[in-house]
Amino acid sequence: MSDLKIGAYICKGCGLGERLDCDQLATVAQRDGKAQVVQQHDFLCSAEGVKLIQNDIDNEGVNRVVIGACSRRAKTEAFDFQGVNVSRCNLREGVIWVRPDEDDMRETTQEMAEDYIRMGCAEAKHSLIPASAQEKGTDNTVLVVGGGITGMTAALEAAKTGYPVVLVEKTGELGGYVGKMWKDVPMHAPYTDPVDTATAAMAAEIEANSLITVHLNSTISKTSGAPGRFAVDISTESGSTTTINIGAIIQASGATPYDASQLPELGYGKSKDVVDRVELEQLAIAANGGPIKRPSDGKEVKKVTFIQCAGQRSEKEGHLNYCSGDCCLTSIKQAMYFKDQNPDIETEILFDDLRTPGAPGEDFYRSGQDKMVTFRKAVVSEVVGGSNGPVVKFKDKILDEDVEEEADLVVLATGMVANSGVDIDEVPQNEPGEWEVSVDSILNLNYRQGKDLPHLKYGFNDSHFICFPYETRRTGIYTCGPVRRPMDTQQAIDDATGATLKAIQEIENAKVGRAAHPRSGDLSYPIFRKEGCTQCKRCTVECPFGAIDEDEKRFPVFNESRCRRCGTCMGACPVRVISFENYSCDTVGQQLKNVEIPEEWDEKPRILVLACENDAYPALDMGAQQGNHYSQWARIIPVRCLGSVNTIWITDALNSGYDGVILMGCQKGENYQCHFVKGSEMAAVRMSKVDQTLETLNLEKERVETYEVAITDIDRAPGLINDMAETIEKIGLSPFKF
Amino acid sequence: MSNYNQEMIEKYRGNFLKEVQDNVEEGDWVKMCMQCGVCSGSCPLGPHWEHPPQEIFMMIRAGKREEVLESTSMWMCTSCYNCIARCPRGLPITHIMHGLATYSKRLGLAPQQQPTAKFAQLFWDNLVKKGRVNELKLGLSLYFMNGFGEGIKTSLKMKDIGLNMLKAGRMTPMEMLGGHSCKDTKGFQAMLKKAQELEEARIGKHGN
Repeated sequence: MSDLKIGAYICKGCGLGERLDCDQLATVAQRDGKAQVVQQHDFLCSAEGVKLIQNDIDNEGVNRVVIGACSRRAKTEAFDFQGVNVSRCNLREGVIWVRPDEDDMRETTQEMAEDYIRMGCAEAKHSLIPASAQEKGTDNTVLVVGGGITGMTAALEAAKTGYPVVLVEKTGELGGYVGKMWKDVPMHAPYTDPVDTATAAMAAEIEANSLITVHLNSTISKTSGAPGRFAVDISTESGSTTTINIGAIIQASGATPYDASQLPELGYGKSKDVVDRVELEQLAIAANGGPIKRPSDGKEVKKVTFIQCAGQRSEKEGHLNYCSGDCCLTSIKQAMYFKDQNPDIETEILFDDLRTPGAPGEDFYRSGQDKMVTFRKAVVSEVVGGSNGPVVKFKDKILDEDVEEEADLVVLATGMVANSGVDIDEVPQNEPGEWEVSVDSILNLNYRQGKDLPHLKYGFNDSHFICFPYETRRTGIYTCGPVRRPMDTQQAIDDATGATLKAIQEIENAKVGRAAHPRSGDLSYPIFRKEGCTQCKRCTVECPFGAIDEDEKRFPVFNESRCRRCGTCMGACPVRVISFENYSCDTVGQQLKNVEIPEEWDEKPRILVLACENDAYPALDMGAQQGNHYSQWARIIPVRCLGSVNTIWITDALNSGYDGVILMGCQKGENYQCHFVKGSEMAAVRMSKVDQTLETLNLEKERVETYEVAITDIDRAPGLINDMAETIEKIGLSPFKF
Repeated sequence: MSNYNQEMIEKYRGNFLKEVQDNVEEGDWVKMCMQCGVCSGSCPLGPHWEHPPQEIFMMIRAGKREEVLESTSMWMCTSCYNCIARCPRGLPITHIMHGLATYSKRLGLAPQQQPTAKFAQLFWDNLVKKGRVNELKLGLSLYFMNGFGEGIKTSLKMKDIGLNMLKAGRMTPMEMLGGHSCKDTKGFQAMLKKAQELEEARIGKHGN
């Protein structure tokens, strides 16, 4: 690589020229920042300004570009220079917009700006240009696990875009749960009547598609490798195993209906005429459009009662705590099986809360009402045997009375349980080098962290509900359908389409060694200095994405294309042997060390803010746009994730005389907002131990604060900085100023 | 109890919702209620109803025929239309309430002592005679609705207002002697008779 050459460019637009002494900033860049090329421009993001920089890159050999202008989140396209590292000094959102334009503030505002220039140059000096991961993806094939409606949709969608597909199905036929239905909830207007399921047509389409290979009666006995080059062992019932090279994996393993035999209080198992919703589909198929007959004596059903939330939304032992989301629509559909055949059949749906999500929802509910299905808000206490059929005992919540009603048939609207494989937090991992196939596992990953995708809640695979729904905590493996949350057919189809796009995106990313969401396009990857490693395993355990395996000697083995570049491993490493080319203990450590710490008698404190680049930093930027001011003592460094914060930075900061340190990360826990899922949680664990460090340094523990900041906290985030400034005023400056 | 009521009971055999749908004005809307309770919460007289509209709808669906039809509830409706304006499902609740009241009266199940029901009958009887409401007679019949003694008492209580109205020319005692009528009383009554026939025919056609 050519020699390091820093070019610093200072913009005078957007009021920077009026508020700051730009000549002085240029001097600082040259004198302190050691920038070989320093230029000022009135309008740096203009075509002319960009050309100026590009010219220096092309002709002057500048390979580290330091831009003193707006936030790194602004003008990203203008300042997107290839083949060099760009450091952005946030003089606009980070300095002039957060400070009042008053004469007596000029000095401290200028100090802020100068520090940011020093920090930018320090980052530039200590960073390397990412060379992109050495591991490159070679395989285009999409593996779809599960041949239900979700999996079939994913397979067809992937094939339509020209990617070869391998579809693995555990049973002997495609179709899954939907394939066993008599009819389905309509997916197109008018949402009035049940429609034929799409599975048979889809299965035929899959059969006819030359890009799709189907493995029936097969399971996955081993998945190894990384995105773009997975090796997957597909085993058949007879015991033969084929290994296939795969680019990305879509897990559409769906859900299993809840076992109704756990509901004896609702008469299941005691009376043959109490059935669950799967059995009702079978009765409807047997009736084939004619009158539905009840199982006990084959009598035509004249009165049917549906019990919603059977074994669901309940805290009782063995019940599901959650709403399965589709049972209300399903019961309405099943009630129509009766009403459409004979409008005189009494159909009653006993619900506590009726929820009909999705496009068909409300219209389909109305259609049910229109067909004279009776909806009754009620809580069912039990179902007992009667002389002519099961008797349902319930309390009508509108009429506030206890009712006992006999029916010919009772249908329990039971929920769904995710087929999410083994819970890796519970199942012990295989020792490195020793491999054992688990029959309960879906993917049988040979990853250090376990055989399946991590669960989040209620046994569903972890994937963010709103922001990044298909991303799991294993790069290149995407979940869709009811394995990630309860959903109906329509939603599962939409979900499968989304996951397919993510899978294709990852295949393409892996080919060029680019990172996936949320650091899309990042070419850096973790570099590991083995000589210094103490085999402590923190990185392999803490990596939120299971990207790091272990060799027999317990040294970490990095799988670059599984890595999402959050830096949690770097933050975890006690001996600091893990770094990225453009983001390391040094690039951040040198930034904070290059801030000028005034002497004690200047009475100018310094507050270091390490802010998550995904939420906290944008919140501060947006706060600045809104005119929210904060303390002139703050110096903010964006970090990839709070999980990447190595405690050495805190120690360094306190040792170099900072008076306070604030860490701003995302919400953690069940409703996490962390883009790297576990990063902020890991950081919180680490920072809980920072108190000891403070104690050894004989410092007050108020000097280090960790906060959860959401992207919407545009008023609160600046306030937190001001709070720290106040605290410092109270407890006094740090004694560590030399 | 009328034969008509017995006929209906036999015809619908417990399916009261269907009975309402077939016989009550706007009754086919009842099945569309989603039990949100906005109507009951919106009714200015809500707390005074025996069963607010939401409950009435649920009772219909639960087949509580007598309880609904003998109820005083729907007679409490003052036609303020708050419920109609607010119903998220667009049910014409006010009309359904009047429809239910009418139907219960037709069946002979309407409560005998409900003041609104009584007044409605007085108003009707008064109106059909001359095609115009005789306000003096209507007022007096209202005073004496619950007996002679109460009638005298109410009259005395209202006498100042009455005298002032006389002075201001807003009321004439001559109205007691027959009172004024519409231009063509015979025609008006023929019209009512025809309407009655049509109504009977409509009910007959539905097989009542």
